[in-house]
Amino acid sequence: MRKLKDNLLLTLLWFAAFLTVAVLVTIVGYIFYKGMGLISFNFIFGDYSPSGDGGIWPMVVTTIYTIAISLIIATPVGILAAVYLQEYAKQGKLVRLIRFATESLTGIPSIIYGLFGAVFFVTTLKLGMSIISASLTLTIIVLPVIIRTTEESLKTVPRTYREGSLALGTTKLQTLYKVILPSAMPGILSGLILSMGRIIGESAAIFLTAGTVAAMPSSIFSSARTLTVHSFLVTQEAGDIELAAAIGIVLIVIILILNFSATFISKKLNKADY
Amino acid sequence: MTSLPLKKETEKIGKSNKRKYRLEKFSGNLFLFCALLSVISLLLIICFVFYKGAHPFLAEGYRFLDFLLGSDWVPSEDKFGILPMIIASLYATIGALIIGVPIGLLTAIFLAEIAPKSIAKIISPAVQLLAGIPSVLYGVFGLAIIVPFLQNHLGLIKGQSLVAVILVLAIMMLPTVVTVAETSIRAVPKTYREGSLALGASPIGTIFKVVVPAAKSGIMTAIVLGMGRAIGETMAVILVAGNSLIIPTSLTDSVRPLTTNIALEMGYAFGTHQEMLFATGIVLFSFILILNFTLARISSKGGN
Amino acid sequence: MNTTFVERKQITEEITADNTQLSKQTKISVKDLNLFYGDKQALYDVSINIKEKEVTALIGPSGCGKSTFLRTLNRMNDLIDSVKINGEIIIDGDDIYRSNDVIKLRTKVGMVFQKPNLFPMSIYDNVAYGPRMQGIKNKSKLNKIVEESLRGAAIWDEVKDRLKSSALGLSGGQQQRVCIARAIAMKPDIILMDEPTSALDPISTLKVEELITTMKNDYTIVIVTHNMQQAARVSDRTAFFLSGEIIEFDETSKIFSMPNDQRTEDYVTGRFG
Repeated sequence: MRKLKDNLLLTLLWFAAFLTVAVLVTIVGYIFYKGMGLISFNFIFGDYSPSGDGGIWPMVVTTIYTIAISLIIATPVGILAAVYLQEYAKQGKLVRLIRFATESLTGIPSIIYGLFGAVFFVTTLKLGMSIISASLTLTIIVLPVIIRTTEESLKTVPRTYREGSLALGTTKLQTLYKVILPSAMPGILSGLILSMGRIIGESAAIFLTAGTVAAMPSSIFSSARTLTVHSFLVTQEAGDIELAAAIGIVLIVIILILNFSATFISKKLNKADY
Repeated sequence: MTSLPLKKETEKIGKSNKRKYRLEKFSGNLFLFCALLSVISLLLIICFVFYKGAHPFLAEGYRFLDFLLGSDWVPSEDKFGILPMIIASLYATIGALIIGVPIGLLTAIFLAEIAPKSIAKIISPAVQLLAGIPSVLYGVFGLAIIVPFLQNHLGLIKGQSLVAVILVLAIMMLPTVVTVAETSIRAVPKTYREGSLALGASPIGTIFKVVVPAAKSGIMTAIVLGMGRAIGETMAVILVAGNSLIIPTSLTDSVRPLTTNIALEMGYAFGTHQEMLFATGIVLFSFILILNFTLARISSKGGN
Repeated sequence: MNTTFVERKQITEEITADNTQLSKQTKISVKDLNLFYGDKQALYDVSINIKEKEVTALIGPSGCGKSTFLRTLNRMNDLIDSVKINGEIIIDGDDIYRSNDVIKLRTKVGMVFQKPNLFPMSIYDNVAYGPRMQGIKNKSKLNKIVEESLRGAAIWDEVKDRLKSSALGLSGGQQQRVCIARAIAMKPDIILMDEPTSALDPISTLKVEELITTMKNDYTIVIVTHNMQQAARVSDRTAFFLSGEIIEFDETSKIFSMPNDQRTEDYVTGRFG
């Protein structure tokens, strides 16, 4: 009887795993199957044309802009905030408040960030539907991610490094940038790379703050679409699954590269020093 | 051995310590400010979204209960009821959890406990990777494969339906649930397993009676994160939901969850209509808080 | 004229001590030091005068407060939020908890830790780290400091050909001597050592001990040790700590041969601890 139950459960486990893998393989496989025909040099680097045979270069550029701007702001703020929480703060009410805020930010769905960006950056700050509005919204979205990953990697720096440095009459600041941050760098870098993935995957918040103009942005104050928003719009408006899948391939490949480089960096740098 | 000239040098530089202390104080304050930016952001989000969303009820004479329980949403006729969307969101989330969580957890258990190392080593990172691909792509897949399938096999006029939403969300949450749950199951100390096996329990029995309960809090986190993804998802859902403004009575009805309502209408809404979309956002947010809270309660009760 | 009997007795004692120790002056003077971790008191009314250019050993069972005490001397306990301290520690006439210049204090009072804690940099960069942080940039000056410090720590010959390679590739014993070199590079007056050989093999331990005995010509050394033979071998004076108090402080030979307190005798003869 027990044997029967065990076998049943075991079958169930195999079945569930098989199902998961099958579904996920199907999705990725389908996207590659459907979109591969469109992938060409011209598709990626060509200018967009509404007739359909153009490329996605404006969306690639927009995506790069949003990543660059949001990370330029979120990286220093996030790292320094993590440094404060791990290295400077005395445990107490203030730290609890900050942690509560970062955790809450993690839980807010992207559409609400979109609403906030629309009323705050677009309307109140008069930045309009633009790359900059979307990037500032994305900054807040990735801030908790950067804070958390930086904190995790600061935790892995041995306490003895801090003591050793401070005992030599250095200030906390000197210890921080000469000893602690270099040691924590692999973890921080992979955190940053993962935030890039998060930005690339984001759609709803960008949709509400950057608008949907399908053209090469003339500046960061232009309205534009990122790759992800583009793949959504071509599906919704034109039902062009093939095009959406082709953009999907580009997105998946970028995510793949980012993930590999994150793993590579943390392994490589770890080996170099320890 | 100690050379004296150097000693003088150290003393001379020692006088510049004042500058160092000032820099130290400044940097400490700068770091504190950076940390406070997340608090400031949260406050700004709450203030702006709530201010906008609460305005019609506080200043324009709309009744909040009518908004929450009204079943008609016709902005042009000044009718703002979101009950159909609340129900659609609720059904979609619960449905996705019912399908996605068991499959995800069983897969996680399989990868952590049963799978040969060589297989787990390929599958786990692949699943992890899939947690990172843009959710829109799941919607594209849903529209291209799931929707036509439902249309052809269930005889629907329109394949875009509640069941399509549920399936897309369930698939989308799988990678998150699997990855987080697997990590927490792997973190259960070996000694637990050994203890149970030594008492004569079967390997499978050990997994379900000892290992899984020990990983409970991580599994709970996996469910909460998966749910967060499902309930907050917007763009993928728009593609497969059909977006009809009716209270769903069957799985095959076309639905419009809360998130999609905001995304679909923000583009052209203004005035009260726009404020009502912010109010929809508040309801969505409260919804998430309540679900998180409930799950936390369930898991702490299970612990006792 | 007003001197009491006790004071006179102390004076005579100091004079005799001076005769044997070639007139050593007090370098660190600690008076009624109390230390708390939150509500828990870890040091009780510790008073001790540590002499210049001597090795002073702090012994006692684990948890007796000897390491905690050592760390008050360069204010390393400041790193722990909950620590509260009262009493006074005077080094060269400065009350270190009142003068508030921790940087200056720590450049003057170096420290070597239980486990070698070199940074993940080259040997050269490790030794040059402290001076560089003090603003010394001149290449030849740094070279000179690094060489002198490594020679001072008796490790120059072993590492001179690999100064630019990672310090973490050295053996534990070598790393600990580079740690000592790193401390010497700051030209401190005082070097604190917190069980510096507890992570080392016997041969490396011996080398470090030899080094300590030669170093006392230039530095005042305070060493915490678990190993009583070590205290006996390297130190001039020994303080015995128990439950946060100094039970007895005297010349090492006296502590180990005829201690005044029964508890000291029990400890040094290995009856507990």
